Amino acid sequence: MTMELSDAQLVGRCRNGEAAAWNELVERFSRYVYAIAVRAYRLAEHDAEDVFQDVFARAYERLGSLRDDEAIRPWLAQLTRNACVDRLRAAAREQPTEEPAAEETDAMLEQLDEALDLQAGLESLSEDCRDILDRFFARDESYRIIGEALDLPAGTIASRISRCLGKLREKLEGRKNPADASGEL
Amino acid sequence: MSAPSGYDEERLGELLSLLPPAPAGWVRAAQELPAARLGLDEIVERARVDAEFRVLLVADLEAALAEAGFEPTAELLDAVRACLPDLDQ
Repeated sequence: MTMELSDAQLVGRCRNGEAAAWNELVERFSRYVYAIAVRAYRLAEHDAEDVFQDVFARAYERLGSLRDDEAIRPWLAQLTRNACVDRLRAAAREQPTEEPAAEETDAMLEQLDEALDLQAGLESLSEDCRDILDRFFARDESYRIIGEALDLPAGTIASRISRCLGKLREKLEGRKNPADASGEL
Repeated sequence: MSAPSGYDEERLGELLSLLPPAPAGWVRAAQELPAARLGLDEIVERARVDAEFRVLLVADLEAALAEAGFEPTAELLDAVRACLPDLDQ
């Protein structure tokens, strides 16, 4: 499945029963759904897993009712929010727990949306850059682990990360000001 | 893609760190949903028309599914269990 498909195209293909499209949709939004559960609502891992599976099961069942295919992201976000709130309220019936304040979750969701936009921007970088940035920032791997995995001297990792961040920044600025865009990365 | 505001490297790093990968097993399970649903549909249909299979499902769900060629994953077991009361009617 190519990464060039828009969200709406992907949804359309899922609706047509294409298994590869569903795999891609789950892959594309798995981090987002996971992050809403564990970062915005601070769910424990086992609760987050239930929410994660519940959200994708509902999405699969109700994809036909989505009115605007382009709106898959906010729709998934809303499904996830609802599932998280249900989970917190069910837990509170057994043991009093404090729900995160609405302003807090809203602010985090805004940041997660921005982060997901950035993830899309990563696609324009070389695979090496995507890999090293993902390992260091998202997977929280050390220079040593990254060096071993990518067969690179640990001493060069920091400079590579910086260089890849620079390329990402240029790419984003290029998108903001297309006239300034300076070629492939 | 909407342009994130502020492009300094620190901010980019912060944003990248906000989206760690979900555990691989969770992603795989979600990706297998359509296949699992197909399996469920097939099991329910067979249980409707095959009384003996229905009895086996009630007696030993996991063994009956394995015997019938379905991998009795926890998700499938839960899903079939949820359907059993309807099948008895």
